[in-house]
Order: sequence, then structure tokens, then C-alpha cells
Amino acid sequence: MKFSVTVTLKKDVLDPQGKVIKNTLNDMGIKNLNNLRQGKYFEIEVNETNLTLAEKTVNEMCKKLLVNLIIEDYKINKI
Amino acid sequence: MRSSVIVFPGSNCDRDIAVALKKMQFKNQMVWHKETVLPKSDLIVLPGGFSYGDYLRSGAIAGKSLIIEEVIKAAKAGCFILGICNGFQILTETGLLKGTLLRNKNLRFINKDVQIKVINNKTNFSNKYKKDQILKINIAHNEGNYFTDPSHLEELRKENLIIFKYCDVKGNIDESSNPNGSLENIAGILNSNKNILGMMPHPERMTDEMISNNDGINLFSSLLN
Repeated sequence: MKFSVTVTLKKDVLDPQGKVIKNTLNDMGIKNLNNLRQGKYFEIEVNETNLTLAEKTVNEMCKKLLVNLIIEDYKINKI
Repeated sequence: MRSSVIVFPGSNCDRDIAVALKKMQFKNQMVWHKETVLPKSDLIVLPGGFSYGDYLRSGAIAGKSLIIEEVIKAAKAGCFILGICNGFQILTETGLLKGTLLRNKNLRFINKDVQIKVINNKTNFSNKYKKDQILKINIAHNEGNYFTDPSHLEELRKENLIIFKYCDVKGNIDESSNPNGSLENIAGILNSNKNILGMMPHPERMTDEMISNNDGINLFSSLLN
């Protein structure tokens, strides 16, 4: 079973990279850009046929290693 | 005093700290991260560098390596733990220290000598310094911007767990003397039991007049005190 995990910085955490990218896009002439935040994306394949169990495994991976819960949020999607 | 320096793939200040510890008469051993047994130690050092190439997040992979479980056990038993630079990042990833280190506010790798002020000199890591003493110490990092939640910040303040803060040559602690954007100019913090120190500046680089200065020496002599 295949999943995607998107990791983003929490709302209150400063994202200097996102800010620089946004400024560059503005400088490139894109004027209607309101906000931009940079994140991380993982594609994960799990050897499991039961959806609930597979999601549980991916969730565990996120909490234990992939995500720093102090500064990041994450979303798991089945793909 | 017996010390152990944990070496990860990508550590690059492990030799420097070993030289400094030896100079200060520590009986030091180097411990590879794949070991599962720690030699008897009074002090464990997580050195600076770029463990695992900073993959995922600085210190994230090293924070899950085999030896870390032993380091956590030793820390909980009261052993002194010193995390310098990448070592500080690893300590936050293991949860031994709260908070995290974000990318420097100016998005640049900073390698320069800066001033830090001794905020708390009543700790096992700083008792040989004077209160408010200003030290000139090298920093070399890309992620040194300390961040934590408001309740932990309050705890740091109340319990006097902030040991060093960035300042200017006159000792002013403000935005212009903050090299990386750290909350309240924090350069080094302790855990609530005060046996674990994480700091971004490199005291081991300041233990020889010939190449820098001696401002780092008292951190090690404090431990021996």
C-alpha cells in the first residue's frame, strides 16, 4: 500500500526559505501571490493489506522520525 | 574524570573535543555510534559536525542511532551530557533537551567568533566563569536558531536554565547581537536537572591561545571542579 506524507511548518513558525521563494516569485512579476510556505513530501510503500494497520504504521513513522512535532504538522494520504 | 565522545558518520569536531578533553586531563574514549555499550563515563560529549549529512533534519538520524539509547539511559542516571553545535541539535531530536534549532534567520551558514554572556554561573558547566562574563567563542552552523514553545521558554527563564546568551562586545543582548535569530539570544540551555547542556558555540575551539583564545577552558574545568 502506498501513501504520501506532506510535512509543513506550523503556522507560527517562521519559514525563511518560503519567504525568499515568495519574494523571488514576486520579483519575477507574479503579483497576485499572497503567501508561500515550503514543506517536505515523502512517498512511502508499506507491506500491509489492511488499510487501518498500514496507516497506523505510517503514522508511527511520522511521529517517531519523519516529523518534528514541535515545529511541523503532517498529512497522510493514500495514493 | 572519564569522558566519552560519540562519533557519528559526518561528525567533524570529534577530534577537536578529544584534544581539548585530553588537555584538561579527562580520560577520554571515542565511541562509534553503532556501539551498544558505553564505557563508564562521567561526561558524554555529542560533538559538532554534520551527522548523516544533515539528512531529514540536522541531528534527526543521529538521534535514532544505536548508542543513543545508552546515552539517554546515562543522562537519566545523572551523567553529564554536553552537546555542541550538531550535538545540541541531536539532543533536541532525542528529546533530552526541549525545543529545536531552526535554520539561521539570514539563511546563511555562519562561521565567525561571537560574544556570549554567562547568564548562569551556578551550574556544573559554568562555575569557573563569573556571572555576566563575556566570552569570545566561535560559532559555525546553518541551523542554530533556537525555538521552543512559550511554556518551555517560561520554564527556561524561571528555572535559570539559560546558561549562555549571544551579546555584543559590551555585553548588550539585543537583536543586533543575535547572529542567528535565536529566541531571546539563547546560545546554550540546560535540562531541568541541569546535567545536560546543549550549546551552539564551540568551547573546544577556544582552548589554545596559539590558535584562538582560552575562553572555552573554564567550561571543562567547571566540570572537573
